[in-house]
Amino acid sequence: MASDFITNWNNYPLAKSNVSSPVLAEDFSAQLSIGSPFIVRGNGRCYGDASLAPSVTSTLKFNRIIYFDDRKGIITCESGLLLTDILDVIMPRGWFLPVTPGTRFITVGGAVASDVHGKNHHKDGSFSQHVLSLKILTPKGDVIYCNASENSEYFWFTCGGMGLTGIILEVTFSLKKIETGYIRQVQIKSGGLDEVLDLFEQYGHYTYSVAWIDCLKTGSDFGRSILMLGEHATVPELNGARHAFPKKSSTLSVPFYFPSFVLNGLSVKAFNSVFYGKNYKKEMHSMATCESFFYPLDAILHWNRIYGKRGFVQYQFVIPKERGKEGVRNILNRISSKGWGSFLAVLKLFGTQQGPISFNMEGYTLALDIPINDKLFSFLDELDLMVKDYGGRIYLTKDARMKPEIFHSTYPNASNFVSFLNKVDPEKKIVSLLSRRLEIK
Amino acid sequence: MKTVLILGASSEVALALANQLAAKSCELILAARNSDRLAAVKSDLAIRFGINVTLAEFDALRPDTHKNFYESLEPKPDTAICVFGYLGDHTKAMVDWQESATIVMSNYVGAVSILNVIANDFENRKEGMIVGISSVAGERGRQSNYVYGSAKAGFTAYLSGLRNRLFKSGVRVITVKPGFMKTRMLAGMKTSAFLTAQPERAAALIIRAMQRKKDVVYVLPVWKWIMLIIRNIPEFTFKKLKL
Repeated sequence: MASDFITNWNNYPLAKSNVSSPVLAEDFSAQLSIGSPFIVRGNGRCYGDASLAPSVTSTLKFNRIIYFDDRKGIITCESGLLLTDILDVIMPRGWFLPVTPGTRFITVGGAVASDVHGKNHHKDGSFSQHVLSLKILTPKGDVIYCNASENSEYFWFTCGGMGLTGIILEVTFSLKKIETGYIRQVQIKSGGLDEVLDLFEQYGHYTYSVAWIDCLKTGSDFGRSILMLGEHATVPELNGARHAFPKKSSTLSVPFYFPSFVLNGLSVKAFNSVFYGKNYKKEMHSMATCESFFYPLDAILHWNRIYGKRGFVQYQFVIPKERGKEGVRNILNRISSKGWGSFLAVLKLFGTQQGPISFNMEGYTLALDIPINDKLFSFLDELDLMVKDYGGRIYLTKDARMKPEIFHSTYPNASNFVSFLNKVDPEKKIVSLLSRRLEIK
Repeated sequence: MKTVLILGASSEVALALANQLAAKSCELILAARNSDRLAAVKSDLAIRFGINVTLAEFDALRPDTHKNFYESLEPKPDTAICVFGYLGDHTKAMVDWQESATIVMSNYVGAVSILNVIANDFENRKEGMIVGISSVAGERGRQSNYVYGSAKAGFTAYLSGLRNRLFKSGVRVITVKPGFMKTRMLAGMKTSAFLTAQPERAAALIIRAMQRKKDVVYVLPVWKWIMLIIRNIPEFTFKKLKL
């Protein structure tokens, strides 16, 4: 097998890997029987080492739709299918993903393994809540089906289980009915952090909500942000002005890695000012395509290259609601004082969560990109301790550097997860750089 | 092209062909060993493109079954693409007759057997297209894979003769000569990216050749020039080379 250097979306870390690309289900069984440890990888859109290992099995060629009921809105697909390919099939027939992250270029297997969340988490929960059934090839070589009632332990440890419980072969999930491919969007400008945190609760009845924060602003402007709210538009709301399902728009691409000096305090400030200034009124109503509402960054392919070859870290944590405001404020303050440059700081209020090993919990989550520099990791270690003190935790899908003790002390079911993995994979056939780093297996 | 029969449908090039032909609204008959393995492929193509896909049981290594296999197909194809083949293990083939026999059976004997049947039907109907996936390995025997190469050489010569015979009946025969392709067949080999076609690219080039009614096509085109050189090296020099 040819060995190559691969890396995930944040370009850190870089791993020398043998990559195989199974085409049929039987190829996965063959891979298991070889006996050397590997991790399953989807489209490499996580921000860290979750899908990296010396030996990687890619699902990208295992990407077929097995079943689609367009009256009930139920779909079964192989785990390597990209959300964007699902949307191409379901949207023209009046269906949408029940939950979608900020990119449509992830596989459905990855959506389960990370138990991804979206702008509707406070209403609809994370992806796993819409999964009707998973077909899994276990590390011992058995094919099992599981869901919240059948083989439920297997199911819940697989949702958010970072691919460590076995090979997800097929996912059956329910879709959301839509009348049009548009979102009725409301953007509310907020002066400061306290205001936007309150706005989330005030506008909690909206299906979709997320805020973009300018985290370089200090003083009275600290935490100035834009809260974005949305509802699926109905046909009458379009006033006949548009076709119910718009054509896909074209994409741009960042053709090469930017030199690291491009992204500095000044350029990020300029970007954020333009972005903030665009919202010239306190409250703006508009009609957006689903594409531009859910996937604004997908319009710029390879946007990760603006952070340069050295890569970046996306730091995403959640803090329980009770201490959320205080926690977000203090952590954001620490980050702002460093001035290390983040285009995006994304804030969201999560609803309650079911999965034992999933990241989400009721509370505020903040995610921001920081280009890697020599002092970053020790700084983030300090932030981890703050997150831990507030009773929060770090999103494994975005993590490339957390210390194992932080994981084990902030995920309440960490030890149950580890013993479950010991039980189902005693020979440790499925292992990633993340599982080794965090001492999971 | 309305109904396309793909022989050896579980290979990656065959699957890429199936995808791209389905996108052009062709009906498909996917023939392979243990064809129920392709159930997901069938449903996927039907859901995405709204076409009919039939799975058919076919074993290239059992020529005695080929006539029945073809007669049971309903509807009959108007295009047949012969994709199956077996690279085998040359080192093993040199000492193990069974390995050599499988290579020859798969790449030559099995292909001749099924294409004889299809050619007769197309000739009677005075329509159709036969596409044979041979190999650049058939252009000159090399010490590293001459068993496979000689079987492909036989297949190339067969396709050439068949093209000559069926010309007057209006049946097209296309010989495809791939170089390296990035598939499971070459999973263990490190090949230059410049010379290696992704299965999707190979499928697109094959379909383009079918639309343009080419006789012989190289995948990738650069192989045409490489093989021109290799064919023209004098034997007294060639025999000393480590190829």
